[in-house]
Amino acid sequence: METIALLADGFATSLSPINLMIVILGVTAGLFIGAMPGLGSVNGVAIVLPLTFIVPPSSAIILLAAIYYGAMYGGAVSSVLLGIPGASTAVATTFDGRPMAQQGKAGLALIAAAVASFVGGTISVILFTAFAAPLADLALAFGPAEEFALVLMAFTTFVGLGGDDKLKTIVMICLGLVLSTVGLDLISGQPRLVFGDLPGFYAGISFLVLAIGVYGIGEVLYTIESSRTSPQVTPAKITLSELKAGFRAMNRLWKTMSFGSFMGFFVGMLPAAGATPASLMAYGMARQSSKEPETFGKGNIEGVAAPETANNAASTGSLLPMLTLGIPGSPTTALLLGGMVMWGLVPGPMLFIEQPDFVWGLISSLYTANLAAVLINIALIPLFVWALRMPFTVLCAIVMVLCIVGGFAPSQKMHDVWLIAGFGVAGYLLRKAEYPLAPLVLALVLGPLMEKSFRQTLIAEQGNVLAFVERPLSGTFIALAVLFFALPFIKYLRKSARQKVAPAE
Amino acid sequence: MLVADRVIAVALMALSIYFMVHAVELPIGWEGSSGGPGGGAFPFWLSLIMLLAAGGILARSFLQEGHSGPFFDRVMIIPVVSVITALVVTIALIPIVGAYVAIPLFLLWYLKIYGRHGWLLTAPIVIGTPVFIFFFFEATLKILLPKGVTEPWFFPLYAMFF
Repeated sequence: METIALLADGFATSLSPINLMIVILGVTAGLFIGAMPGLGSVNGVAIVLPLTFIVPPSSAIILLAAIYYGAMYGGAVSSVLLGIPGASTAVATTFDGRPMAQQGKAGLALIAAAVASFVGGTISVILFTAFAAPLADLALAFGPAEEFALVLMAFTTFVGLGGDDKLKTIVMICLGLVLSTVGLDLISGQPRLVFGDLPGFYAGISFLVLAIGVYGIGEVLYTIESSRTSPQVTPAKITLSELKAGFRAMNRLWKTMSFGSFMGFFVGMLPAAGATPASLMAYGMARQSSKEPETFGKGNIEGVAAPETANNAASTGSLLPMLTLGIPGSPTTALLLGGMVMWGLVPGPMLFIEQPDFVWGLISSLYTANLAAVLINIALIPLFVWALRMPFTVLCAIVMVLCIVGGFAPSQKMHDVWLIAGFGVAGYLLRKAEYPLAPLVLALVLGPLMEKSFRQTLIAEQGNVLAFVERPLSGTFIALAVLFFALPFIKYLRKSARQKVAPAE
Repeated sequence: MLVADRVIAVALMALSIYFMVHAVELPIGWEGSSGGPGGGAFPFWLSLIMLLAAGGILARSFLQEGHSGPFFDRVMIIPVVSVITALVVTIALIPIVGAYVAIPLFLLWYLKIYGRHGWLLTAPIVIGTPVFIFFFFEATLKILLPKGVTEPWFFPLYAMFF
């Protein structure tokens, strides 16, 4: 009951004219960013973050969250109309969305995607509201030892549960953590890793510089290479009868959509998982439990609904650990976390006590963003068809300029602009060589917290390393971290054991 | 692909050794009896893990059959390299001739020469983008972009907005 009262107070914040305008603006911008092939929520948030200085901090976070939300909706648009996923999170949407478009049912597919996103978003925001306060209460008991153990666990999920090469994941985590130590030592205040005493490095490497480099410049370079020719845009028009047909079809899919929402929410909370695997899992489950699995991949509306509910639910799910524990569940929420820290709103349980207006304003804005997104999405479909015809070079040129200017603005140093260019090229090459970039960004954001909590614990416990395992909560996290880290080895051993028994396999 | 994989692994190994060399400038061991690890410990030991993991990637590339296919598509390497060059030239020009010359030049090159678009599309973007940037960053946010030798041109504008 207390939660409902707090939420009602939150609506008083988020329904104020300025915040409502910000939500609508953010969702619309997010829809377009998400709809552009190659650009997803993480690129949108990285590129737009420096521009949000124009509004007060709490509104800036609402704006970024709205962009995040809008981009999750928008991803489906290019999946259906171009057959190219707008972001990796919308890959599963192409499986049935593209065939539907080729059969002349592009409008129906887009309506299905929007409605499914709305259902996924709404169910997950309700779950979010229910879990946020209890989780924040639990997190109040956390000391530095628990913080360290939790961050360690977050990184080991990338090794144990992530789909990428294990060694490459470890390299990226370490690289991010080492880059986060550049600048002045947190405890002794001495400069370290300042590379030939370059004054620019004394301030450390901002997460924003890495994010704009990797997700702005790097993404543009990657897309230049992968899409030289302009793809064909499938026309889509929305009529009233199509809307009705869409809603009727969706009404039969409640089971698929609610399953996708719940699963997406919980998968989204894990740092290594997130929206892409959640949507693929939801697609697979929908096909398995379907009475006619052979129609999947040939334009089944259920194949659009399942991944779209899951990826929206996952994006909400990844906000939960970010806001309550201060541990982001995805690269996009890592950027939100970095932005909040920059504005002095440090996420974590204390935020719920010190800034309840802001926290509940943000949570309630997710409800309004969700509603705004579904309405704007359906209304603007003709505009998307037009926008997707925009030549790719125009988009790339403007993104590059925004990266240069946006990278300069926060610190006003050319040093950071050079770093952005460097990270952009390096990120592009690493991505081509199949190094995962999400753990790199997460490590840079979480590095200072990890080192500080580690060293604080050891100072407080007079150098007793066992302090991390002796405390029950931190001990549990460490045990889970060890398990996640060992998972690939266990799998490997079991596989080789099975191969010995049955060599024919 | 295999060669590129090895080159990147070696580069990452070199980078981690470079980090380690710099990290030892601060204590990397235990600070006294109760102080915990020193300021250089975190970067040093993590760089060591990175070195070992990158070394593992390199070693593995000699044991395994490589992925087929080249790392760079020969047709695509020219556009990527030319965009990177244009980016570097633009950033280098910003402190000298100012953002309001360097950025339109970059857009002009990208749209007209690289993208082969007509003037009807190029001109509005080349002119409109700097105008938007000026009003957004300088007039509204009071963030001044570098202007280099073009600084005097902006004095009348400053007088109007500040």
